[in-house]
Amino acid sequence: MQNRIIGQVKRVNGPVVIASNITDARMMELVYIGDIGLVGEVVKLENGQATIQVYEDTTGIAPLDNIYTSRGPLSVELGPGLIGSIYDGIQRPLEDLRAASGDFITRGQKASPISHQKLWDFTPSVKEGDTVAAGTIIGKVPENDNVMHCIMVPPRSSGGKLSFVEKEGRYNVDHVVARIAGAAGEEEVTMCQKWPIRTPRPAKARLALNVPLITGQRVIDTLFPLAKGGTVAIPGGFGTGKTMTQHAIASWCDADIIVYIGCGERGNEMTEVLREFPQIIDPRTGHSLMERTILIANTSNMPVSAREASIYTGITMAEYYRDMGYSIAIMADSTSRWAEALRELSGRMEEMPAEEGFPAYLPTRIAEFYERAGMMENLNGTTGSVSVIGAVSPPGGDFSEPVTQHTKRFVRCFWGLDKGLASARHYPAISWLDSYSEYVPDVQTWWDGRSGGSWSADRQTIMELLQKEVRLQQVVKLVGADALPDSQNFIMEVCKMFKIAFLQQNAFDDMDKYCKVERQIKMLRIIIRYYELGSEAIKGNVTLVKIRRLNVVQDIARMRGIEDLDKLMLRLEHSMKQLGELYE
Amino acid sequence: MNELDRKKLSAREYRGLSKIDGSLVFMKNTHPVGYNELVELIDPDGNHRIGQVLDTSDQAVCVQVFEGTSGLNLPDTKLHFMSEPIKLGVTERMLGRVMDGMGNMRDGIAPPKADKLCDINGSPINPTSREYPRDFIQTGISVIDGLTTLIQGQKLPIFSGNGLPHNELAAQIARQAKVRGSKSDFCIVFVAMGIKYDIARYFISSFEQSGVLDKVALFLSLADDPSIERLITPKSGLTLAEHLAFDLDKQVLVIMTDMTNYCEALREVSTLRGEIPSRKGYPGYLYSNLAELYERSGKIQGKTGSITQLPILTMPNDDITHPIPDLTGYITEGQIVFDRELHSKGIYPPISSLPSLSRLMKDGIGKGMTREDHPHLANQLFASYSHVKEVRNLASVIGEEELTELDHKYIDFGDFFEKKFINQASDEDRSIEQTLDLGWQALSILPEEELQRLTDEEISEHYKGGE
Ligand SMILES: Nc1ncnc2c1ncn2[C@@H]1O[C@H](COP(=O)(O)OP(=O)(O)OP(=O)(O)O)[C@@H](O)[C@H]1O
Ligand SMILES: [Mg+2]
Repeated sequence: MQNRIIGQVKRVNGPVVIASNITDARMMELVYIGDIGLVGEVVKLENGQATIQVYEDTTGIAPLDNIYTSRGPLSVELGPGLIGSIYDGIQRPLEDLRAASGDFITRGQKASPISHQKLWDFTPSVKEGDTVAAGTIIGKVPENDNVMHCIMVPPRSSGGKLSFVEKEGRYNVDHVVARIAGAAGEEEVTMCQKWPIRTPRPAKARLALNVPLITGQRVIDTLFPLAKGGTVAIPGGFGTGKTMTQHAIASWCDADIIVYIGCGERGNEMTEVLREFPQIIDPRTGHSLMERTILIANTSNMPVSAREASIYTGITMAEYYRDMGYSIAIMADSTSRWAEALRELSGRMEEMPAEEGFPAYLPTRIAEFYERAGMMENLNGTTGSVSVIGAVSPPGGDFSEPVTQHTKRFVRCFWGLDKGLASARHYPAISWLDSYSEYVPDVQTWWDGRSGGSWSADRQTIMELLQKEVRLQQVVKLVGADALPDSQNFIMEVCKMFKIAFLQQNAFDDMDKYCKVERQIKMLRIIIRYYELGSEAIKGNVTLVKIRRLNVVQDIARMRGIEDLDKLMLRLEHSMKQLGELYE
Repeated sequence: MNELDRKKLSAREYRGLSKIDGSLVFMKNTHPVGYNELVELIDPDGNHRIGQVLDTSDQAVCVQVFEGTSGLNLPDTKLHFMSEPIKLGVTERMLGRVMDGMGNMRDGIAPPKADKLCDINGSPINPTSREYPRDFIQTGISVIDGLTTLIQGQKLPIFSGNGLPHNELAAQIARQAKVRGSKSDFCIVFVAMGIKYDIARYFISSFEQSGVLDKVALFLSLADDPSIERLITPKSGLTLAEHLAFDLDKQVLVIMTDMTNYCEALREVSTLRGEIPSRKGYPGYLYSNLAELYERSGKIQGKTGSITQLPILTMPNDDITHPIPDLTGYITEGQIVFDRELHSKGIYPPISSLPSLSRLMKDGIGKGMTREDHPHLANQLFASYSHVKEVRNLASVIGEEELTELDHKYIDFGDFFEKKFINQASDEDRSIEQTLDLGWQALSILPEEELQRLTDEEISEHYKGGE
């Protein structure tokens, strides 16, 4: 290795290495350890000693082993070729590692994240003599059939006049496509840039969030909507459906690009995405889902430090595409495993623990991560967004633990998964009582525009009914349902109907796994109409049994499989009217 | 100093420990020793033991001794640092043999010649190399096949409690498991951690009776063996399993019992080292540590073998939120949960179907695999049975007489479901068709309108109820 030696190993304790005789290491500098060249990062400097967090298994590393510098911080490589790839937590391409070392991941492997040989079709969008600044788009490259990749002046450039612009043609990512004559001299722009993962990429301004991220999941879009550029946490015990929810959103949401981070979770879940996504055609673009997806897989049995890094690697790539003017949705499954990696490293560094062994800086780190979400006016004037969807895995399914509690402080939307619902196989098991979305007022205008104004009111009505149901159920538990008047029993009936027909949505049902906005609006309308008409009928002395027996009511319960909802609505109005007339 | 030089230094013998603390020993003034490497100890009586480096620095080396430290003293214990990780010699000829946690023969017969030396820690399978498991294993047990289907390559633990028949169930699965329509090369790796000899004996005679003992490799670290040995036992077992599955194309079932004892041994070491604990004194890395075992299961593209794991754990105080079952559930692909109440009702296997889950069943059941109606039928059974629980609660408050006609039907359904569907003999091997038909028989007790998870076609084909 030609890199310069900057110190020697003094102590090895799992993924944490203490180095001594440090000459000139910098904080956050990327270093290589031993002859095998394990990747590590300097996380602490003190009296000629450095603490290094190592991203690979440290077996065999011994005192006096050399430490080499890489001359830079831990960074990701950004350029065409990211989409459709699968990386580990520090952006090593897993397909390439497999080609080099087989089915099992070995240590000390190096591989570039994107191909430096592959030729791309570059078309300039500026000309010589133009003045450019940080972020300016200087050309376009079709990354695949789906994504147009923008080649941008790096964010830290001071800009200037273009002294050279490459003409249209096929080039590799290292090819100089433009030269800027700036105040500080000439700067070359290639199709590839590096960015340190722990630093947010700059933007001009934060914009208000008022467009929902449509996920096609009714309970989310209708009851607890997420805005584009927003943040949400999905906490839930094991097996309650965090991963399924994230997969469903990754498959169906209306973001342009998906970054999916498997952070300390199962290998097979990543395999499943890899197997399925290339085969699913995105109805909005007509292209396979893989053509808009970047995967990061640092599974539970992969090194814990790289797990810590994985979410930063992911969000940096997301910000890069945001800078091009795209909307990105990023899923982190699970942020608890990231927090635990933080805890383990902190413990090995012998730091003072705060709650449950987590370091005192846990809340700061969580906040910093979620702060990188947002709808931004980019440096180049385009608008792009990064929405963050983080799963949380609370020990024992108990939401009062530190990671859930701190996350709650920094996200504005909360989809709490309920063990009871999951074991009754009510999926998605998102609790309508624990969950909330602070984005409702922000996205209301959008929804009301689509629904002719009915959405807000209908949503409000059903939320109130669900609250009432809780109280009614307590009564029923004590005295039985027969003790309640029909009007109140009917409220329970409507809520039951709402849960079966609307809230439940089976991710494996071909017809129902995705529900369009228009359909969601109509389905909600039908339930509300059922409630209104039914309540009126009961006032007119129609019995609940009679209402229940209506054919159309049976059909509402199964409306997720019914194509023509307008007809169903007409039938509902008609049947209820007939029933009412019978009693007059 | 490079690795080669260190290799030479493994001949160097060190004598005189600076400290012995529980299963850990410390030594000063050594050459630079690599993290995690193998250590050979020679105790004052001349017996060999093995250990592993847990912490290394220019000051001292901390070694964990798998056979325990009893009988060691400070001045006369000798150490060799082997400059390589702990390796196990693996071969197919270990099938039919009884070994200790480190793979040494316990049956008094000479060890077979190893085909290959493997690092017992293994390496993570590259997620791009995995093949998604989807082959249905018929266990012949209705509640598993019907509702918590086991898939070849899955890791599906049994969450049990003290005194519950988890061993019977594991043995029954081992006897009856088959992938229908395939003549696969099947074998078992049995890993015992801290269990009593008679339980190991129970498994051995069960394997003997069904004539498969020569296809079983047993790694036994029993209750009276040093607790620290439990930490290495599953790694030895899984290292052999990987060789059998991925080098020799076998379908390997790994039974590991009792994971609770493994975790306790881990806690012991962690406490000794003064590490900051997370919940209930267990170390913060318990999750990652368990994952390093459980993730060593599955299938690999282009290979026909598979590793299916059936870890057994007893939940302390029957508490499913205890860190051991909790973290296990977060890693494994579902769980089979035992219920004491069912057990006291005399139902075997006492599996509580609602908290039980098989995450891989969705791709392994249905048309062409089990039967077309299976997915919806399973969903409906779950939904209806969960309503039974509500009705039973209500009945206990307002009295059974006050229940509606419909509620009564649910009670009947629940009874049938538990006594006829779940309950079966420990040698009863039901086909998947029998299981599904039984499920329909149960649902036929309920009125048709209650079956909202099923399609009209499925109902008209299988539903037998209604007046
Ligand atoms: N929307 C859904 N439709 C159908 N089934 C679902 C749905 N959501 C969850 N499930 C079922 O629940 C199981 C567990 O879901 P999932 O794997 O998402 O849980 P999880 O919360 O991610 O658990 P863990 O924390 O252990 O990873 C799935 O395998 C599936 O059977
Ligand atoms: Mg999950």
